[in-house]
Amino acid sequence: MSDQHALQEYLLRLADSAMILGQRLSELVGKAPALEEELASTNVALDLIGQARNWYEYAAELLDDGRDADQLVFLRDAHEYRNLLLVEQPNEDYAFTIARQFFYDVWHYHTLTRLVDASDDRIAGIAAKAVKEATYHLRRSSEWVRRMGDGTDESHRRIQDAFDVLWRFTGELVTADDIDQAMFKAGIGPDPEQLKQDWHNTVREVATQATLTTGAEDAWMYLGGKRGEHTEHLGHILAVMQFLPRAYPDATTW
Amino acid sequence: MYAQLVETGSKRLKTLEEMSPEEREFQQKIDAETKIEAKNWMPDGYRKTLIRQISQHAHSEIVGMLPEGNWVTRAPTLKRKLQLMAKIQDEAGHGLYLYSAMETLGADRDEEVQKLHDGKAKYSSIFNYPTLNWADMGAVGWLVDGAAIVNQVVLQRTSYGPYSRAMVRICKEESFHQRQGYQILLDMMREGTQAQKDMVQDAINRLWWPALMMFGPHDDESPNSQQSMAWKIKRKSNDELRQMFIDQTVPQLEFLGCTAPDPDLKWNEERGHYDFGEIDWKEFYDVLKGNGPCNRERLATRKKAIDEGAWVREAAVAYAKKQQQRAVA
Repeated sequence: MSDQHALQEYLLRLADSAMILGQRLSELVGKAPALEEELASTNVALDLIGQARNWYEYAAELLDDGRDADQLVFLRDAHEYRNLLLVEQPNEDYAFTIARQFFYDVWHYHTLTRLVDASDDRIAGIAAKAVKEATYHLRRSSEWVRRMGDGTDESHRRIQDAFDVLWRFTGELVTADDIDQAMFKAGIGPDPEQLKQDWHNTVREVATQATLTTGAEDAWMYLGGKRGEHTEHLGHILAVMQFLPRAYPDATTW
Repeated sequence: MYAQLVETGSKRLKTLEEMSPEEREFQQKIDAETKIEAKNWMPDGYRKTLIRQISQHAHSEIVGMLPEGNWVTRAPTLKRKLQLMAKIQDEAGHGLYLYSAMETLGADRDEEVQKLHDGKAKYSSIFNYPTLNWADMGAVGWLVDGAAIVNQVVLQRTSYGPYSRAMVRICKEESFHQRQGYQILLDMMREGTQAQKDMVQDAINRLWWPALMMFGPHDDESPNSQQSMAWKIKRKSNDELRQMFIDQTVPQLEFLGCTAPDPDLKWNEERGHYDFGEIDWKEFYDVLKGNGPCNRERLATRKKAIDEGAWVREAAVAYAKKQQQRAVA
């Protein structure tokens, strides 16, 4: 595996995770539990898709095979997607939406704070802007986890349920594979051990404040998204998201 | 126009002699173009009419997110997806801003939203039409936001200060949306395939008449207009606004290379305006009564969002209370 290949894969992971989570959030447009949440949730979705675009553009340059950012988004099939399994999980109720966001935000924040100092200037530049957004995202989702966990009996039950159900997808966030290791060695990605510790520390801290319990670190974890093996959900997300470019392949402009 | 047929509670204007001293002073302020502010005395009818109009306007922004939300997950490029999401977010912001203006009159947002969900409050009829192809995202921006702007530009001079100021801000964003919508159509007409050009014409065919209906009934069928005009809540009549919209829109339509589904549409040299065919008023009143293609779906979606979100809002309130108690302890 060349460093170049590892970097391309790593960029696609960053891009695809942000993109798919943004797409999931866009499903909620017009349907948020309060008008203020409508604004906040769309803000997060806009940030994530904007970040994804930056990562895709860099990835497209490195791939140098004639595809641009749009073609990477709209013309790759599920097995070519490199997003975390967590972000493709459905919205279910707002507790699931928040729990998914929170687990991702913790990972995203700790990853970006490292990428800011990446040896690759382009990555450091994109991360510098993204980390400001992710800091706000994490603050917001942590606050909602506390509100739900320490709110009413019903909200506590719902968010605890979401934590329990989604826990099996969190291992992938902090389980490093060859690509993650290569990125760490190249002075780009975070130290896998450090990331794992940071993620668990932050999650536990907020969960405790929210009177919630988290799963065990050594619980069975569902892996595979980062190498293109997804849950059944991703195919459906892509079927919707890619409909127009797929249905009208001759169209070169929209 | 996002408010149609707003009830004023009066069928005839009072003369200055018939007015109480307070009413007379109020009317003189209006006539002198002095803005009415939240703390000023105002007739009950003026307050109620404004609450109805502003809440209708706010509801329209909120329900109006749904026809566009229908395509947000299917936007065909990153740029279009980001644009569409930002536009819908602006609409949520407008709704919030308008509800705040409405609350300065003593109304309560939750109560007014409840009226909407109970079918007692209206929103613009346009949002009861479906969005069936991608070009609708262009046509909605161009025609629907375009029609709204014609009305709202005039409403920047409306007599109630908070409403007028809300309009100034909203108009800026709506103009941006309109240009963006038009650009979607223009790009497809200029660089698109035949299938894309067909989408554009199809979208215009479906949305043209509903957009003209946004201005409400003919002036002589609009019993509340006279009072609203006297109070300067409304500044121009429905028919005047509709004509303004058509006059500015037809050249844009021709520039696109598209046609309107109206055989009677033609320039009248003598009038200096475009003539156009008669609106299907039966359809207009049917849609207002709840029998448009999407009335049920739109309301059901909004109601579901608020009903299913109840536990979320309750959690936030409960948590805030606990935090407050902890701070005191």
